[in-house]
Amino acid sequence: MKILRGKAIKLGDGISTDDIIPGRYAHLRSNLPELARHTLKDAIPSFTSRVKPGDFLVAGNNFGLGSSREHAPIVIKMSGVSAILAKSVARIFFRNAINQGMPVLLCDTDRISDGDELEMNLDSGVVTDLTSNSKISFGKVPPFMLAILKEGGLIPYIKKHKDFIIAAKQHTENNEEKIE
Amino acid sequence: MAKTLAEKILGNKAPGVKAGDIAVIALDLVFLQDTSGPLVIRQLKESGFGKIAMPQKAVIFLDHAAPSPNKELSNDHILLRQAAQETGCLITRVGDGICHQLVSERFAKPGDVIIGSDSHTITAGALGAFATGMGSSDVAAGLALGKTWLRVPESFLINLEGSFPKGVTGKDLILYLIGKIGADGATYKSLEFGGGALAEINMSQRLTIANMAVEAGAKVGLFPSDEVTREFLKEQGRGKDYHALYPDAEANYEKIIAMNLKYLEPMLSFPHTVDNAFPVGEAKGTKIQQVFLGTCTNGRIEDLAIAANILKGRKAHPATRLLICPASRSILIQAVKLGYIETLIEAGAVILPPGCAACLGLHQGVLGDGEICLSTANRNFKGRMGNPQSFIYLASPATAAASAITGEITDPREFL
Repeated sequence: MKILRGKAIKLGDGISTDDIIPGRYAHLRSNLPELARHTLKDAIPSFTSRVKPGDFLVAGNNFGLGSSREHAPIVIKMSGVSAILAKSVARIFFRNAINQGMPVLLCDTDRISDGDELEMNLDSGVVTDLTSNSKISFGKVPPFMLAILKEGGLIPYIKKHKDFIIAAKQHTENNEEKIE
Repeated sequence: MAKTLAEKILGNKAPGVKAGDIAVIALDLVFLQDTSGPLVIRQLKESGFGKIAMPQKAVIFLDHAAPSPNKELSNDHILLRQAAQETGCLITRVGDGICHQLVSERFAKPGDVIIGSDSHTITAGALGAFATGMGSSDVAAGLALGKTWLRVPESFLINLEGSFPKGVTGKDLILYLIGKIGADGATYKSLEFGGGALAEINMSQRLTIANMAVEAGAKVGLFPSDEVTREFLKEQGRGKDYHALYPDAEANYEKIIAMNLKYLEPMLSFPHTVDNAFPVGEAKGTKIQQVFLGTCTNGRIEDLAIAANILKGRKAHPATRLLICPASRSILIQAVKLGYIETLIEAGAVILPPGCAACLGLHQGVLGDGEICLSTANRNFKGRMGNPQSFIYLASPATAAASAITGEITDPREFL
């Protein structure tokens, strides 16, 4: 997959889907460009003016806890963010982000500072922090989720394959294990 | 191989699977609600399928914004009604109640696998159904294909012994447990409840406990299907849906947590996280402007009975709004027949139409700047009730009713 490059926008622990896109804007969910104007409003009020295409969201533990609203990864993606890095991610958000074609990678984000320039190749398993000149490895994306990512999300995947193509009883040595 | 509840249910559908395996599983019920549902319908069209594989096993619920507070959400309701007509699936009426309550009353059976486009889909685990919340894409795929893919989770056993002391309920138990293990303490896991205390924990409380398992990050919160389940299904006119379902005695658990109910006290989650849980005494005397009693967590007839018993012959404090919302139409009817609604209205309560009401900040009780609400819901995230400048404490219906009387956070045991 292609090389992703951008600046780190840092967030703390426990960023909920209400932080990412507050429930009070539910009336805008059928108007995604309007909805996206409120991305991360309660967590980083300056987010939508600050974010540049290619930037990375770099979070702590349990990113995306709470509601199942897929609008959370959708508005993050619409803002131009190329990938989410976190120490751990809530289960539903993790699936939703992958289903939207948004890479979510688990790594030691304490080593990354706000504003650092990052470069990443999904296949290599390493994020390079160009500012601190260090390499941080991330957990492998489980094989089926990687297949969904490569199709650009679950809906394009289903459209193309008409089914879930999974080897029977595929055992995973994956980063879902490491989500906890 | 000895199996956990999760392995047993998923193993019935995909023989031989164990924790860690990926399985494709046929679904018994797929549902959506009105704030995440419109996206599901658009994605179903986008997927090229358009049709629902099994319309008799799909339901659309109108509950989160019901009746709708604005034209945008009204238009979303129109879209969902048209989708129901086109696909042949069932759609509920505004006022029928909250999806999770209706799933427990009408649809979920022990051993079912259920997905819904709402994180509290997990509630039906109280009936021994592997029920889990997913996003719109997964639910659209479930509608299109009649199946989903899952990784079979590892399980934690929460072994419950003893009896609840006076004034303590399942809500206090689950707030305490989440406080202990943390908001990510069970991420990805199956939280399975067992032990000698289960016979004493009625279905209403099991639904409360399973509902909040997701607040510890769990994928499912499961109870065995036992006599309590049989009795509940019989009361719903669904006695034939019962079958017994227990984990194997030698099942392999990643962790076993033992709790004795007799040591529990009324609990509170402080703003702004559910795992910020302490005994109610820690916030005693905190002035509250609103009490909200309802939701998929605590809007059942047993919850209304607790509130009516405490509020009978008393009045809510004049500085505190008391909002009460039965979780379903049938609960509202029962509460009318049993006289609870009259008692509650006389005590100063506003009765809201069955639905999600004030829980998620769309309507029917949005908080003002600096206001504090004591709520029986499952989430107290910043901004959850519509205003990031407000504060939410979570508690049981007993604590909510007692606090409504005094206008400040109060230990319910003072009124029992």
